[in-house]
Amino acid sequence: MTVWQRGLIVHEVGLAGGVLRVVEEACERDPFERVSHLTLEVGVLSGVEVSSLRFALQAIVPGTCLAEAEIEIREPPATAWCLSCGRSVNIFSRLDLCPQCGAAQLEPTSGMELRVLDLRVI
Amino acid sequence: MCVVCGCNSTGAPSGTAFQENPQTGDLHFGAGLARVSVPGMSQERAIKLEIDVLSANNAVAVANRAHFSSHGVVVYNLVSSPGSGKTTLLCATIEALKQRSPHAALAVIEGDQQTSNDADRIRATGAPAIQVNTGKGCHLDAPMVAEAFARLNMHAASHAHDHVQTKTDHGNHAHSHGHSHSHAHPDEHPHEHPNDHAPALLFIENVGNLVCPAIWDLGEKAKVTILSVTEGEDKPLKYPDMFAASSLMLLNKVDLLPYLRFDMVKCIDNARRVNPGIEILLISAQTGQGMDAWLDWILSARS
Repeated sequence: MTVWQRGLIVHEVGLAGGVLRVVEEACERDPFERVSHLTLEVGVLSGVEVSSLRFALQAIVPGTCLAEAEIEIREPPATAWCLSCGRSVNIFSRLDLCPQCGAAQLEPTSGMELRVLDLRVI
Repeated sequence: MCVVCGCNSTGAPSGTAFQENPQTGDLHFGAGLARVSVPGMSQERAIKLEIDVLSANNAVAVANRAHFSSHGVVVYNLVSSPGSGKTTLLCATIEALKQRSPHAALAVIEGDQQTSNDADRIRATGAPAIQVNTGKGCHLDAPMVAEAFARLNMHAASHAHDHVQTKTDHGNHAHSHGHSHSHAHPDEHPHEHPNDHAPALLFIENVGNLVCPAIWDLGEKAKVTILSVTEGEDKPLKYPDMFAASSLMLLNKVDLLPYLRFDMVKCIDNARRVNPGIEILLISAQTGQGMDAWLDWILSARS
């Protein structure tokens, strides 16, 4: 078997790029000129830093159908199952204790999503 | 799939904003992408998507996973902060695997912003490596791994092929495979034969980063987080997403413990707090302590 000498230069496919791609694919399916309002959902357990995402979006939208869009980012609380008291509770980070019984044994059940919810387009 | 309009992430085409019945002239505004008409917003319309931003990456990750499986390759995604000792550990792991399982097929995909330094170090062990430079990027993603894997030509040792001729390879009977293995050897020393059980292992050394790689699925079997004892016992709490996403925490550089005030018990507690099921192994790439247990984990079917 030979050994390969190869370096590969590839493009970054970031989260902001992922958002833009979702919007552009929607435009291909159902053409519009531009987006007036974009709603994103960033789960508090998704591992995404909202202000960084907003900054990255601002950097990449000029010249695209998102250029003038108002971007709304919703951060719903996550839900978790408490293994100690057996209840479904709301949490805001992986380090939260159960708000009902104070235990640390929580299994997250939602809050890890990163989604484009909807667009308002012209 | 979007529950409102039925579109899927592969972009199935849908209708226009309204449909006209040619016989009656009736207009149907409910057939468009949003399935709704919003009075008073005739210029502006709503499109409901509910699409996962990572759907494009995850689709490639799923394809990678199937591709690895069909080639019989077990893939591990090694993550950590920069400087934890991943590359040194990988080199030591490759050397140890060559001893334990001489006919194993091994390869590495290296991720860094710049340079091919790490891939060069891996190649020096005799294992093939592909360096992926991400430029400004802070993590590997599934398309990058797909491209790199396509250039590695890896497949399980059960296929007929030439295997890596390393310096430790037994001397005089170079032979091709894909034949029955019940033949006698001129030099009767016990050694492993390539057969259906010889493993094929791909290690992906991700960009040094305890944040972003947690989000980006590459199609791996498992994530392994390498934490060196010089980084502090509270790391799992500071970067919970990564430890929550990992199957194994490898505590590296344990040969340095006598010189550190590292609270081992607390570190293990912290890791189990954010991931109750995480397995934990102590290792030193320099001294070889813990290497056998690490190889056991790599090679075990249940890991």
